[in-house]
Amino acid sequence: MHTRTLAQLAEDLAAKRFSSVELTRHHLDRIESQGDALNAFITVTRDQALAEAEAADRRRAAGHATPLTGIPIAHKDIFCTADVKTTCGSRMLANFVAPYDATVVSRLRAAGAVMLGKTNMDEFAMGSSNETSYYGAVRNPWNTDLVPGGSSGGSAAAVAARLCTAATGTDTGGSIRQPAALTGVTGLKPTYGRVSRYGMIAFASSLDQAGTLTQTAEDAALMLSVMAGFDPRDSTSLEDPVPDYRQGLAEASAKITIGVPKNFFDPGLLPANRDAVQAALAVLEAQGATLKEVELPNVHLSVPTYYVVAPAEASSNLSRFDGIRFGHRAQETEDLTRYLMRTRGEGFGAEVKRRILTGTYVLSAGYYDAYYLKAQQVRQLIAQDFAAAFAQCDLLAGPTTPTPAFPLGQKTDDPVAMYLNDIYTIGAPLAGLPALSVPCGLVDGLPVGLQLIGPHFSEGPLLGAAHRFQQATDWHQRLPAGFE
Amino acid sequence: MSLTIDELNRLTELARLEITSPEVPDVLAKLTNIVAMVDQLQAADTDDVLPMAHPLDRQQRLRPDEVTESDQHERYQRNAGMVERDLYLVPKVIE
Repeated sequence: MHTRTLAQLAEDLAAKRFSSVELTRHHLDRIESQGDALNAFITVTRDQALAEAEAADRRRAAGHATPLTGIPIAHKDIFCTADVKTTCGSRMLANFVAPYDATVVSRLRAAGAVMLGKTNMDEFAMGSSNETSYYGAVRNPWNTDLVPGGSSGGSAAAVAARLCTAATGTDTGGSIRQPAALTGVTGLKPTYGRVSRYGMIAFASSLDQAGTLTQTAEDAALMLSVMAGFDPRDSTSLEDPVPDYRQGLAEASAKITIGVPKNFFDPGLLPANRDAVQAALAVLEAQGATLKEVELPNVHLSVPTYYVVAPAEASSNLSRFDGIRFGHRAQETEDLTRYLMRTRGEGFGAEVKRRILTGTYVLSAGYYDAYYLKAQQVRQLIAQDFAAAFAQCDLLAGPTTPTPAFPLGQKTDDPVAMYLNDIYTIGAPLAGLPALSVPCGLVDGLPVGLQLIGPHFSEGPLLGAAHRFQQATDWHQRLPAGFE
Repeated sequence: MSLTIDELNRLTELARLEITSPEVPDVLAKLTNIVAMVDQLQAADTDDVLPMAHPLDRQQRLRPDEVTESDQHERYQRNAGMVERDLYLVPKVIE
């Protein structure tokens, strides 16, 4: 059952080939027998999942099923879930039980999806390898000595190992697409504001966006159709109508112009990754697309721009963690400032501390103009580069990451080297653009991703191009050894 | 340029974030590298470029100033470390 896609399982359940309870139990058993090797879950909600599956079967019997009814999914532990612990990968929230569901969670629940549990992640979504989690690193199912990428590494590893059918994730600088590429799954980051962030713990508010990790683009379309849409509880939520993304897959044109940014094919790109991406571009071309070289002259400044904007916003967002209303609370000390410093010093891990301090530095008196203002100007230039490119093409295509998955521990002592892993993914969120990663090859037995980036609200054409690519290739069906 | 220990102390004070003595050398070295990396921005020509205010160039939506939430303080206060008579307890701030 676990090798079936979400779309196939929806048919299986509709045809009563098996029940949601059987399907859910099968995945829970997989998590139990194979999950420990990956550490992909922080919390497994077995009893609740089986109760939800029973309810899904009753709903189907009553004739009210949606395509997602009875499908076992997992949520990144950044999404608040009523009565189930939400840790955000941090000691700070080790005992936090949210009093409400995030909108993403409640929408998927309303559609009848079954939650198997909460997936591991880099602490507060700050990381590209899942090694910053307070709950231990996640391991890559393709080789457990390697990282799965991050920050949505638990969701990516869980889908790659087929411990769940699909999972939610969040992407601020690449946190869906990069782990999707490194684990061989399909990862979609929608347009900024497309999916509600209510109940999604904030990292960098001008960048954060919720999305999906799935086996296929078709599955992503099914998930996004439920997740997207206006939410009055999120002030950045957009009122633009939500199309039926799955319906749109068949309607998406093959005769599109795909821009290939030559800046993405830099010396940092491993030759084998480059070859895999170029082979994927040839597939798209054979399917009717016209390839056109384009330039993004300022995109090489994406990483420094991001590492000013994101830490600045994080330092502000994370100031709420003081241990008083929720979260870790240090032993009381003689004065309030010492108490706050100790609470936060104990509750946050090393990478979160570095980001808060970097953000405090770039926002501090005398540095604001030189860093934060400057970065928001360069960000404008990067957005203008993308806009100019989209005047000449429908979508952009290139690599998701410079290399396949790397060994655990390899980059933990060099944050700048770790940050450079997101060199191709950071541009899209800086410009608020939707983007996705699809598996497009294996390098030394490890998956690599093809990244597609589109203009604002182009989720339909993006998913259409990815779906067509997956009709002609089988990279998305490859499974890591031991998880078949 | 290396970040100095005085600068780090100022930052930890501003951020209300304790860095213990054994952590200091590592934090200083890594922050110095991060600042050197973001300094690449200084080379960009940004004369007459407006700083980005919103990724989609849209206005922030406003909503009516109305009470829409019900009182659920007991539920919320379950997450608090110290509560007494429905009040969150904070460390002493007045001598």
